[in-house]
Amino acid sequence: MDKYNEPLDTIFHALADPTRRAVVQRLVKGPAPVKELAAPYDMALPSFMKHISVLEQAGLIASQKQGRVRTCTFNPDKLAAAEQWFEQQRAIWASRFDNLDTLLTTLQGETDET
Amino acid sequence: MKPDLRFDFIADMQKSTLTVRREFAAKRQLVWDCYTKCELLDQWYAPKPLTTKTKSFDFREGGHWHFAMIDPNGTHYWSRTDYETITPIDGYTGYDGFTDETGVINPDLPRSHINMTFTDKGNHTLTETVVSYNAPEDLQTVIDMGMEGGMASTLERLDELLVKLTA
Repeated sequence: MDKYNEPLDTIFHALADPTRRAVVQRLVKGPAPVKELAAPYDMALPSFMKHISVLEQAGLIASQKQGRVRTCTFNPDKLAAAEQWFEQQRAIWASRFDNLDTLLTTLQGETDET
Repeated sequence: MKPDLRFDFIADMQKSTLTVRREFAAKRQLVWDCYTKCELLDQWYAPKPLTTKTKSFDFREGGHWHFAMIDPNGTHYWSRTDYETITPIDGYTGYDGFTDETGVINPDLPRSHINMTFTDKGNHTLTETVVSYNAPEDLQTVIDMGMEGGMASTLERLDELLVKLTA
């Protein structure tokens, strides 16, 4: 049994690691070859490739090999979905609480009059 | 919203939780009533322009609230809150899930755990809602559901977002 059975399919797991976060931040600026991405890290290439593979499985990046060079690109859809969901949730709660402010004002008005 | 009322919305992606805090200009008993009586819940729970309609309500440990949020086209979105523990007027815990009209929980969609607390803040009341999902995978399912609605593939403020998602 190998030990690669941890869940790797979410952006949250993928972004929990500082190296992977830095790679994503770098790729937002534009595509880059693996060699260039790996350069700042004191890490064997196979270890670095594991990080790349986690990011790919999460759908955060894609990579393509041409000749001997593997180039990575950022895929913004996954992160945009998360951002949109949070914004939506925040808006739902804000609107709901506005309704409650109004109801509380009404209820307190009734109490004051009686 | 009244400008002086506190509103915090915090997402912790590592723990798969949302924490929502809000202050209300009312005594705790009244705010508690608004959360725990269906005739009052029906008047505020759904965000505008939706409205809330209770189908059944039983506020006790082991009981549940089955309700719909109805959009302006008349589409009903059915949900159900199952109450786990209740400590009047300090708080309650329970589970939120999506259901059909008969109240049967949709097993394909993750349920979230809710921990609701009410505290005095002078003459005001501070409420805190902690929504937790079992696992990041559950939260991802809910987000992917939202993605079906179609979305822009542009992303601004990525650095801020990364901080928010991984803080």
